[in-house]
Amino acid sequence: MAASTNGTEYKIIGTRPIRHDGVDKVTGRAKYGADYTFPGMLFGKVLRSPHAHAVIKSINTDKARALPGVKAIVTSADLPKLADKMEAAGEQAINLNHLSMNILARGKVLYDGHAVAAVAATSGHIADEALRLIEVEYEVLPPVMLVDDAMKPGAPILLDSLRNKEDGPDQQTNVAAHMQFKRGDVNEGFKQADYIIEREFKTAMVHQGYIEPHNAVGIYNADGHATIYCSTQGTFVVRSLTAAVLGISEGKIKVVPAEIGGGFGGKTTVYLEPLSVLLSKLTGAPVKLTMTRAEVLRATGPTSGSTIRCKMGATKDGMLVAGQCWLAYEAGAFPGSPVGAGAMTILSPYNIPNILVDAYDVVVNRPKTAAYRAPGASNAAMASETVVDELAEKCGLDPIEFRLKNASHDGTPQTVGPPFKKIGMIETLEAIKNSEHYKSKLTGPNRGRGVASGFWFNVGLQSSATINVHTDGTVSVVIGSVDIGGTRAAQAMIAAEVLGVDINDVRPVVADTDSIGHTDVTGGSRTCFATGWAVYEAAQDIVRQLKERAAKLWEKKPEEVVFANGMLSPASGNGVKPMSLKELAPRLARTGGPIVGRATINARGVGPAFATTLVDLEVDPDTAKVQILRVTVAQDVGKAIHPAYVEGQMQGGTAQGIGWALNEEYFYDDKGILRNTGLLDYRMPTCLDLPAMETIMVEVPTPGHPLGVRGVGEVPIVPPPAAVANAIYRATGVRMLELPMSPPRLLKAMLKKRAASDSQAAAAD
Amino acid sequence: MRVSSRISTINPGRTSAEVRPLVLQMATVVIPALLRKLTDGKERVTVAGRNVGQVVADLNRQFPGISENLIEDGEIKPSIAVSVDGEMGTGGVLEPVGESSEVFFIPAIGGG
Repeated sequence: MAASTNGTEYKIIGTRPIRHDGVDKVTGRAKYGADYTFPGMLFGKVLRSPHAHAVIKSINTDKARALPGVKAIVTSADLPKLADKMEAAGEQAINLNHLSMNILARGKVLYDGHAVAAVAATSGHIADEALRLIEVEYEVLPPVMLVDDAMKPGAPILLDSLRNKEDGPDQQTNVAAHMQFKRGDVNEGFKQADYIIEREFKTAMVHQGYIEPHNAVGIYNADGHATIYCSTQGTFVVRSLTAAVLGISEGKIKVVPAEIGGGFGGKTTVYLEPLSVLLSKLTGAPVKLTMTRAEVLRATGPTSGSTIRCKMGATKDGMLVAGQCWLAYEAGAFPGSPVGAGAMTILSPYNIPNILVDAYDVVVNRPKTAAYRAPGASNAAMASETVVDELAEKCGLDPIEFRLKNASHDGTPQTVGPPFKKIGMIETLEAIKNSEHYKSKLTGPNRGRGVASGFWFNVGLQSSATINVHTDGTVSVVIGSVDIGGTRAAQAMIAAEVLGVDINDVRPVVADTDSIGHTDVTGGSRTCFATGWAVYEAAQDIVRQLKERAAKLWEKKPEEVVFANGMLSPASGNGVKPMSLKELAPRLARTGGPIVGRATINARGVGPAFATTLVDLEVDPDTAKVQILRVTVAQDVGKAIHPAYVEGQMQGGTAQGIGWALNEEYFYDDKGILRNTGLLDYRMPTCLDLPAMETIMVEVPTPGHPLGVRGVGEVPIVPPPAAVANAIYRATGVRMLELPMSPPRLLKAMLKKRAASDSQAAAAD
Repeated sequence: MRVSSRISTINPGRTSAEVRPLVLQMATVVIPALLRKLTDGKERVTVAGRNVGQVVADLNRQFPGISENLIEDGEIKPSIAVSVDGEMGTGGVLEPVGESSEVFFIPAIGGG
């Protein structure tokens, strides 16, 4: 029996059953996108730009088309031209023209790896050979790779038509948007401050690093309908974006979700899917495309590198009185960085009366960014949480005490204005403060301990669920949310809890777009919250129908039947034996026919998430290699449906955050060519780099959600870079202001500090 | 003013200039910082309306031109989200606005 958040006891929620898809995954039977094959299937390959910025003067495919085995070649000329404006496509706001231009370059290539043409052939080798025979004449242009350079007057312009409101309709620009958030009077606030810290931070572009590369199989039928098998976080977004890019009706596309080998936000858009359908339409055969790792790194959406200036002021007694931030994020080749989210999260953990935040979305000659776990928030927290740490030190306060004095709580206005409702920022700080880890003493040379907090909004959006009751008393839970991180098991547990059946009698099924109602992406930490809510309501629909059937058997009215602890019984049932779903199921045919429970939801009442992370580490004084010694993360998780998978999200997000902190970055040369296109050189942490991570789940239930669920997947990636930076400071005395804090960068900073200390000592002598 | 198409559906037979809420309710719109140049620097503006579309229409009556920053083709711009009384709206221009509600227009957020 698990503890509940609302006074009731749960039998299944809060336990840790084995995941339903586990056997398929450990035996290799689970089907991923690249596993799909069909009779007569062709193999697609994509020709990619060798330049970071160039005009496409001509494309000649004659030689490639003449190669035996080549069945079709497409370029942007084969795609419809779309309106150059923001449109709603599924749950996304997206410029469809830019999306189309990212799938196949039109007129210019804008980054190393930008797709120029695609080929379908009878084998992958022939398709590769055909790519080599396509002749593209380029006029190479100077690239602009960094956000600071792209904002300078006279910088090379990526998109001829890009304008912003401030510079006006006549001014070409790389600055796609400026946002501003303001509360109080920041200048007056700084006047009240006894201590003011102002720092500038740089963070590198990083990739989500999902293990499974992108893939798609497209099958276009002669009747105008198409089917796509692919690895995606959202089948419905693939459907709507593919339909828009190809100019066909959404209803004529069915998207079948494969198992997914990670996404972390990077699989919420399309790259290969429209090409697979287009090539299939031209050839009449199924067409499969799969990316290599190099293609994933060169041409799919990482998250932004950034420049952030953060200035905060506090009184002597440790009260924050003003915060001013300036953020500029790399959007990649097309507008749409997560700088807005960065701006809205950067000061949100704290109750600061005077704030001013300016944010700029800037295009550069890098791949178009995509979502990555709490998009934009980790960059921002690196800046603000480092400055907060420095202010705590100035005030002579323990870093947790300082944060507790200023922590956002219920009713604190967010950066964007509306006040927080029920949140658990303080609770995560208290959990770390009271942890054995924090109370323990860290000893030894070159070691340091750092703490940081982070905030993420979470989202709700739309979900659908269907539950089928079978005659043997088992049930199928049909959902449209692709399973990342064990969401199938969580949905099954919710249904089992409501229906009072064994968890092994519930079969969760992830359905294609023709077989379930609209369901938005598995992302935004929304799946357990919104799809879980839909499953809960669908199960309640089943309960309502079970009562009707039992009432028939007992010759009662439905309202005279009660359902409690998984048993149906008459409200005034003298001598009537209570009945379970399993006992009633065989009698459905004779009481009215099958029972199907349904629910759809456009979820409201989303509960935002906070996390606080504590890191111990040791820095090698000669090489500056950082060894993480111990990590504890405390997170407000609302109600943990399957605690093991919640812990997994907390640990996974923390691991990614540590990789971002210490090693991960894109290396471009002076021509804008990516030089680390494999995982040997793009250095993500492995199990050898990290200790076992301790987790503290703080359960502050989300009001309004029937189970108190709060999204958990994203916020744990927010605090780690700053927590690591703060720990490095305590180990070395060096405040790192740039990510990643890799050995070369950290060693340089340590040597600079040593040189400064030596000069001071010499001067003193 | 492109909000007119949706508003005229709610109030058939009226042009956008004539749109008035059926029942006078006064909500407060907190103006996004960069749009305050259109409201004479005012951060908070009292408006009439029973839903977000009507609120924007009344805001635009008071400060002509502001609605084109918020509304496109009769709907809230895809890049904007609306918060009413601290709750993220799901109904777009039809999102109900209560008496004394506080309405914020903020950048839409996705997630990973």
